[in-house]
Amino acid sequence: MATPMLTTHPHPSPKRRGGMLVLLVVLVVALFLLPLVAGRYPVYLAMQILILAVFSVGFNLLFGYTGLLSFGQAGFFALGAYGCAKILLAVPNLFLGLAGGVAVAAIGAFLLGILSVRHTRIYFSMLTLAFGMMIFSIAWKWRDFTGGDDGLVGIPRAPLEIPGVFSINVSALGHYYYVVLILSLAAILAMHRLVRSPLGLTLQAIRDSESRAETAGVPVRKYRLAAFTIAGTYAGLAGALLTPLENTVTPPIAHWSTSAEPVLATLLGGVHVFGGPIVGAFLFFVIKDVIVRFTEYWLIWFGVIVVALVMGFPGGVMGFFVRERHGTAKD
Amino acid sequence: MENIAFQGLIGLSLAMYLWLISAGLTIIFGVLRIVNFAHGSLFMVGAYLAYTFYGQLGLPFGLAVLLSLAGTGLLGYVMERGFLRRIYHIDEAYQLLLTFGFILILDDAVKIIWGGVFKIPPIPAFLDGSWPMFGRAFPVYNAFVIAVGLFVAVALWLIFEKTWWGRITRATASDREMASAIGVNVPRVFSAVFVFGAMLAALGGAIGIPVRVVAPGIGASMIIQAFIITVIGGLGNLKGAFFSSLIVGILSAYGTLFFPVFELFFIFVIMAVVLLIRPQGLFAR
Repeated sequence: MATPMLTTHPHPSPKRRGGMLVLLVVLVVALFLLPLVAGRYPVYLAMQILILAVFSVGFNLLFGYTGLLSFGQAGFFALGAYGCAKILLAVPNLFLGLAGGVAVAAIGAFLLGILSVRHTRIYFSMLTLAFGMMIFSIAWKWRDFTGGDDGLVGIPRAPLEIPGVFSINVSALGHYYYVVLILSLAAILAMHRLVRSPLGLTLQAIRDSESRAETAGVPVRKYRLAAFTIAGTYAGLAGALLTPLENTVTPPIAHWSTSAEPVLATLLGGVHVFGGPIVGAFLFFVIKDVIVRFTEYWLIWFGVIVVALVMGFPGGVMGFFVRERHGTAKD
Repeated sequence: MENIAFQGLIGLSLAMYLWLISAGLTIIFGVLRIVNFAHGSLFMVGAYLAYTFYGQLGLPFGLAVLLSLAGTGLLGYVMERGFLRRIYHIDEAYQLLLTFGFILILDDAVKIIWGGVFKIPPIPAFLDGSWPMFGRAFPVYNAFVIAVGLFVAVALWLIFEKTWWGRITRATASDREMASAIGVNVPRVFSAVFVFGAMLAALGGAIGIPVRVVAPGIGASMIIQAFIITVIGGLGNLKGAFFSSLIVGILSAYGTLFFPVFELFFIFVIMAVVLLIRPQGLFAR
């Protein structure tokens, strides 16, 4: 097998940590002030970025921290989105919609995870691709329940409500923004604690050497299932947050090309660092936004970026020269 | 009853496109141990090139197909020599991601060069018409596609089992270090295999142009079907790829006839079940 290329980075020095903390506080304050100073479009874009950041942070728990490349995350994204949509269409209560969507995705990820973690490497990627596309074909073909290729439309941005206690109207874009912002920040913060918890550290140990972790008595599959379920839950939260924003859900969100979005964001920002997928989500939309001003063909530039990132991967090129001299390519 | 037999023949010709694309994917995986996500895009490029030479420039059909194979082979050569070769030693997840980058590039490149969907060019005169079969008219062109697919199957078997080149390739596939030790130029075998696989995909795309719509998204939909087939047949198993192409092709022909709603879903169920129960494929020894 190839040498594992994802190493745990040492913590930054206290001085740099302090600087980063100040930067983060400024950023969060700026995010809270955004709707007061910016127009509708930047607010909308910020929500898209936050949603992709949540999606990608979950994906990277599985890829960067556990070493499993899933091509089916869009399936859980769609479970969250459709789950939220069905609930909001029946009961206009945002609490129920979001919680329900997340719950559907979490249950789906747990059940499909039991099967998926039986494999690793390419077989895992293929299996998650198959499961994700199963969810896509249900969304696309089960017209009575999912609306088929028309999707579900007219989903209300319902109030946050506990009947008889309070009801907060968030139907305005600038108000719904705070729902997305607070939940995204909470999810990201929770993940930040999780990757430093014993669970997160064990996942990294499994990634670096499965056999060593097993020898140390770690139930490897259970830990992988935990990572899979959490990643699916994060995908579900991202999907559920998207539904009231767009007021519609359509099958393409379940397609494997949607699964590629967190992959792109994570690669763009960096797999090694916790904040990588978040920065990547930001870059993803900013680059896209800049490119589409000049040309409708923005994907080709993303392709070029992906190829450049993979090719320029540190250690990769060096390893190439070393191996080349010995006359073998791999293994 | 006649309807069922006829639909089987239609499925058989569908199976041959699937066979051509999954044969290339299988050979590349078998030797290079790389899952080429962009293989469907090579199929698409093959189709577009053949369309240019045959539909737009009016070259003879056979020549147009050959030129399309050459062009796609050249593209494969650039992909392997310029990019894939440099990352064989790092984690396979990154190889998948690299070929995924190729999909994005090729999909948009095709849109930029050729625009959207193109008009289906006429079937070449010598392959036009139909034969009465099971009380219906079976197009000669479908018979031609079946013949090409079977020819490629026999040719691949002969190449791999009977020729010096085939032995070298099989030796490299089973143990590349040992092959290198006995004097095989492994990097050259890798390039040759990748180019050959690319040309097989292009052949599938090219012979489809008079009857199938080719649009920029075709690469993505073909690679998914090719994945399903190579998983069912066993990754790297050429014989398995052939039989599972037949199964998937014929099943989806019946599926669209009898269960149009659940066809897609069931195919992915089959893929997942095979991966869980027999990850080495249904046709592994």
